[in-house]
Amino acid sequence: MGSMIKILNETAIPVTNPIEKPCILSAKNVDVFYGNKLAINDVSFDIMENQITALIGPSGCGKSSVLRCFNRMNDMIDACKVTGDIRFAGQNIYDPKVDVVALRARIGMVFQKANPFPKSIFENVAYGPRIHGLAKSKGDLEEIVISALKKAGLYDEVANRLDESGTGLSGGQQQRLCIARALAVDPQVILMDEPCSSLDPIATAVIEDLMESMKENYTIVIVTHSMQQASRISQKTAFFHLGDLVEFGDTETIFTNPEYEITQNYISGRIG
Amino acid sequence: MNNHHIVNSFDNALNKNESLILEMGGRVEQQLSLATRALQKEDIKLSKKVVSSHNHIRQLEGKVNASAIQLLALRHPVAEDLRNVVMSLRIAGHLERIGQYTKNMARRTHTITKADAFIGSIDVLVRMSELVQSMIKSTLDAYNNREAQIAEDVREQDEGVDHMHNTLFRELLTYMMEDPRNISGAMHLLFIAKNIERMGDHSVEIAEEIIFMITGGWPTEKRPKGDNTSRMLLSPEDLGPSSVTVEEH
Repeated sequence: MGSMIKILNETAIPVTNPIEKPCILSAKNVDVFYGNKLAINDVSFDIMENQITALIGPSGCGKSSVLRCFNRMNDMIDACKVTGDIRFAGQNIYDPKVDVVALRARIGMVFQKANPFPKSIFENVAYGPRIHGLAKSKGDLEEIVISALKKAGLYDEVANRLDESGTGLSGGQQQRLCIARALAVDPQVILMDEPCSSLDPIATAVIEDLMESMKENYTIVIVTHSMQQASRISQKTAFFHLGDLVEFGDTETIFTNPEYEITQNYISGRIG
Repeated sequence: MNNHHIVNSFDNALNKNESLILEMGGRVEQQLSLATRALQKEDIKLSKKVVSSHNHIRQLEGKVNASAIQLLALRHPVAEDLRNVVMSLRIAGHLERIGQYTKNMARRTHTITKADAFIGSIDVLVRMSELVQSMIKSTLDAYNNREAQIAEDVREQDEGVDHMHNTLFRELLTYMMEDPRNISGAMHLLFIAKNIERMGDHSVEIAEEIIFMITGGWPTEKRPKGDNTSRMLLSPEDLGPSSVTVEEH
């Protein structure tokens, strides 16, 4: 009888919809507190692999707090407490046994303001692979750096000045350098917290185009205040309001026919 | 939706677009009413006025198009606002078509008034036109008040227009078979009937677009249809032995 069950299990048709991508990150009943204040209230949703998921909502709605839960960046805030279940590839990331540094290599992050190290362009990208021991030789390291710069769409612009300071690049280039730095440690997920908020439309378009090409190999979760950006680049959109996840679904549906009036009001500029 | 946009000028631009649609719809409804009265009263002067007034409807369509394109380019509307703007383009197109059919109807009035034999048929045409006018009015009410149910009712009403069209088609075919001298007048009446029947169809299209605009979904249930004219055949036997007179030479 036991072997029969084993055979059935092995031959069972997967329950997931074949069109739907597999889930890589999931949040279940997540609450986030800052001191006694409840900032995120019982949030549950799944992030699908190789898709761009946009988190939108007015300032203070908790979207950045949720984003930071996914690679435990909230651990750095003393007063912050996270409860609930957050899983990356099926594993509870808040398990005490989890190596947070290794987790952040798998789930990289790009911030609102480009923050290159005051080092050369090469060293900015080489820093991560070096401390994680990903390169066995100098040649290996060079290969990783060049590959990451190419993936970030920056290599052609900086190929002949890799030893120059990363802080000397333009704003858009600095942001792509930060993306290259995140890619160099071979992540699966990139979290982006308003990555284009300080960039001009051309630099924004370059980053958006880059994200579009990156989603073939990476999963991207982006917090953005730009409704147009969310609708242009994402496949899924989550709308947060006052710490609640109001609506989560296909971006096309959210922006053409949202289920809730409060979502409609926000995306059409009726509440801020 | 009761909430206003944070940016007032966005609301103003949307309101202006809606006002243009309502003005255009009201004008089309009025033109149809005048064209019908011209037909009924044999009023050539009135029918000419209807023909010349169509330009104004076309100008209004141009204004709706310009306003919608401006809204899309400058405001990037989403969700209900987006549906509102895109549907305004389509609704304006349908209203312009109804206006064009009204113009065609008015153009034929001069010929029809000379055919006294068709008074009964003209009565049916007037009833058809009144039903379509009421459908147009209802669609405008549904649009203005965002009432999907009113638009849903309009979809049902079109069957009545189709039935009257069938009746007229059969009746006029009979007149033509009875006496070839009736053909010219009857043909013009048939064209007018077809014009009014098409106006009903356009009203239904507008109603469905209003439903989409309000609910975000197209009506899934098929509406009742009653236009059988494409399958209608009459033979001399259908008229009875004494109905057709054949002159022998």
